Amino acid sequence: MSTLRQIAFYGKGGIGKSTTSQNTLAALAEMGQKILIVGCDPKADSTRLILHAKAQDTVLSLAAEAGSVEDLEIEDVMKIGFRDIRCVESGGPEPGVGCAGRGVITSINFLEENGAYDGVDYVSYDVLGDVVCGGFAMPIRENKAQEIYIVMSGEMMAMYAANNISKGILKYASSGGVRLGGLICNERKTDKELELAEALAGKLGTKLIHFVPRDNVVQHAELRRMTVIEYDPNCKQAGEYRQLAEKVHNNAGKGVIPTPITMDELEDMLMEFGIMTKEDESIVGKAASAA
Amino acid sequence: MSQNAEKVLDHFKLFREPEYVEMFESKKKNFEDAVPAEELERVREWAKSWEYREKNFAREALTVNPAKACQPLGAVFAAVGFESTLPFVHGSQGCVAYYRSHFSRHFKEPTSCVSSSMTEDAAVFGGLQNMIDGLANSNAMYKPKMIAVSTTCMAEVIGDDLNAFIKTAKEKGSVPMDMDVPYAHTPAFVGSHVTGYDNSMKGVLTHFWDNAERTPNESINLINGFDGYVVGNIRELKRVLGLMGVDYTLIGDQSDVWDTPTDGEFRMYDGGTKIEDVKAAVNAKATLSMQEYCTEKTLAYCADKGQQTVALNHPVGIAGTDRLLMALSELTGKEIPAELLKERGRLVDAIADSQAHIHGKSFAIYGDPDLCYGLTEFLLELGAEPKHVLSTNGNKAWAEKMQALFNSSPFGKGCVAYAGKDLWHMRSLLATEPVDFLIGNTYGKYLERDIGTPLIRIGFPVFDRHHHHRSPIWGYQGGMNLLVKLLDKIFDEMDKDTNIPSKTDYSFDIIR
Repeated sequence: MSTLRQIAFYGKGGIGKSTTSQNTLAALAEMGQKILIVGCDPKADSTRLILHAKAQDTVLSLAAEAGSVEDLEIEDVMKIGFRDIRCVESGGPEPGVGCAGRGVITSINFLEENGAYDGVDYVSYDVLGDVVCGGFAMPIRENKAQEIYIVMSGEMMAMYAANNISKGILKYASSGGVRLGGLICNERKTDKELELAEALAGKLGTKLIHFVPRDNVVQHAELRRMTVIEYDPNCKQAGEYRQLAEKVHNNAGKGVIPTPITMDELEDMLMEFGIMTKEDESIVGKAASAA
Repeated sequence: MSQNAEKVLDHFKLFREPEYVEMFESKKKNFEDAVPAEELERVREWAKSWEYREKNFAREALTVNPAKACQPLGAVFAAVGFESTLPFVHGSQGCVAYYRSHFSRHFKEPTSCVSSSMTEDAAVFGGLQNMIDGLANSNAMYKPKMIAVSTTCMAEVIGDDLNAFIKTAKEKGSVPMDMDVPYAHTPAFVGSHVTGYDNSMKGVLTHFWDNAERTPNESINLINGFDGYVVGNIRELKRVLGLMGVDYTLIGDQSDVWDTPTDGEFRMYDGGTKIEDVKAAVNAKATLSMQEYCTEKTLAYCADKGQQTVALNHPVGIAGTDRLLMALSELTGKEIPAELLKERGRLVDAIADSQAHIHGKSFAIYGDPDLCYGLTEFLLELGAEPKHVLSTNGNKAWAEKMQALFNSSPFGKGCVAYAGKDLWHMRSLLATEPVDFLIGNTYGKYLERDIGTPLIRIGFPVFDRHHHHRSPIWGYQGGMNLLVKLLDKIFDEMDKDTNIPSKTDYSFDIIR
């Protein structure tokens, strides 16, 4: 158990967290690592590229059917995908009802108690959106993920979310072992994206682990419910994910306690890069046509 | 007026006075829109039929009168077994009022326990501040040596992280950094009070043992499990261990705190396992659990630490006590003393004396999984015939273990174990396949009234009879107590059935 590496991917919704994490983990599997993916998103799409499936049966939906979580067997919820990657989706309620956060807690407790972590090198948690409540912070509790990777882009709101997630990590890092592993920038082709990502990483006291360029092959692979690593192993993008995987692998124990910044500081940073200018207070609230 | 200052009627008599009888009748007639009495009777009888039973057992989405309580109740039970330990339940306040009153109604003793009193704002922003303030206040007000933290549903649903919260509270100076604050997550919507006991006990052991170096010695740990007879049982257990000369540590001892003397001094804490002893207990050769289903995770943890483990199932009766003594003897190499052998002989003798009256009597039992097992085994020894054994917090593995027990005796033939069923299921069982006696806790009195099956009160809680918890049911002495309890009811019923003058009283005998 001591060699078990636990990592988690967080980031703003729609940023490409699941795509990035699955491609990276597929590359890690190529390197011979035994991997368990724990999807912590009620949409249950954290494993579809590994399993080639639309959505797998989730822990919580099966538990609801069986009556209680205690009635489940680990084989019911764990599926094996690309290169023997073990996949579990915690699942959760439909939008507007129930409590998805509690679902994450229930699922992770179930997996631990039933030996899902035995014999793997990596456990990776894929967690939706911001850390909205205590349940979604479960993967960063003591003895869970050691390093958190935040997937972001050069868009303002993605950076804002990354900063918020850092605040969540800070809360747990001061009393526990969780650390920020670094930022992963998923290119959106915004202005000065690489520079901004690096600057934000600097402000947060961490580093930009990798800048993943935008490449349409990712879309082609996604449509086939595959990772790029599997769909087109020789393409350039596969190489990018392999580099990322290598960097994550070598980043063990090198996480930091993040130093999140205020909203004002974040805006100042954007000004610094000339995306907003200080004199330009007049643009606030004005449409492009009015300028 | 039926009463005045000179003549005050209590509630037993007052509402039987004509003016009240008339008032209730008129209320029913004019305001309650009641169904006709015959219709009520018809449905009541139908609800006792096989047809209804089948519908009842097909029930999926509803539980009626579950015979179990929630996790934090068990956590509080475990916590008060340690020296000067204050149980601290992180969550909403009403839950804690329930645990305190529940124990106090059973043991007729106050039960000290505090809440972090989470309200609406804490539900939104998390309960960290409640933990910080709560620990500080608890320590300042009640001067405990240890604070054992558990949780209610509210804290669990919002995902409060006890480990991080307690660390932060210590950093903020709520309690000294080196104060022992073990914790356990005890969501009430998972498992039952026995699960909570297990989690809490494991939380305490993990707190003291995780970073401890183990140097094995020859002593033995005993863990009692959640037990309504804890006061009598622990004292009996200590007596037996003393007779055998065993070097032991009882991990969790509630026998003093729930039986404090009235001598002018209030004891908020009394007795309990000393913190130093819990720490040293990691070195023990073995840990013996008196109740398997109360200690599943705890015993697995003890085994991980390198200890031998033995699990019993509420050892009552001959075979149950034999197993306890033989396990102790095997683990320690100590002989079973002649005195205990003599006690065993006395119990066998008493059983033989009364055998004619118990033989063939049929029983239904409900309660916690371990108690059900122990009692069933004892009944089989007596030649009684258990028919229905029901445990709301029993699982599939328990039902299988029960079946193996039934199969081991001709008197167990046709008996069925019902795991996860409730007291409304039990009602159907009693109505369709009647038995002579029902064994259960106080709540069984509604079944007794409804179906007419005489209730023998054994279990937790027993609110409406006093001091039962002071007499042991473990060991040969406990077996004797149980035997008397069973026989008293059997003879009471026999007298009731034969007391009509010149009709049935030809059997209204002085000698039974």
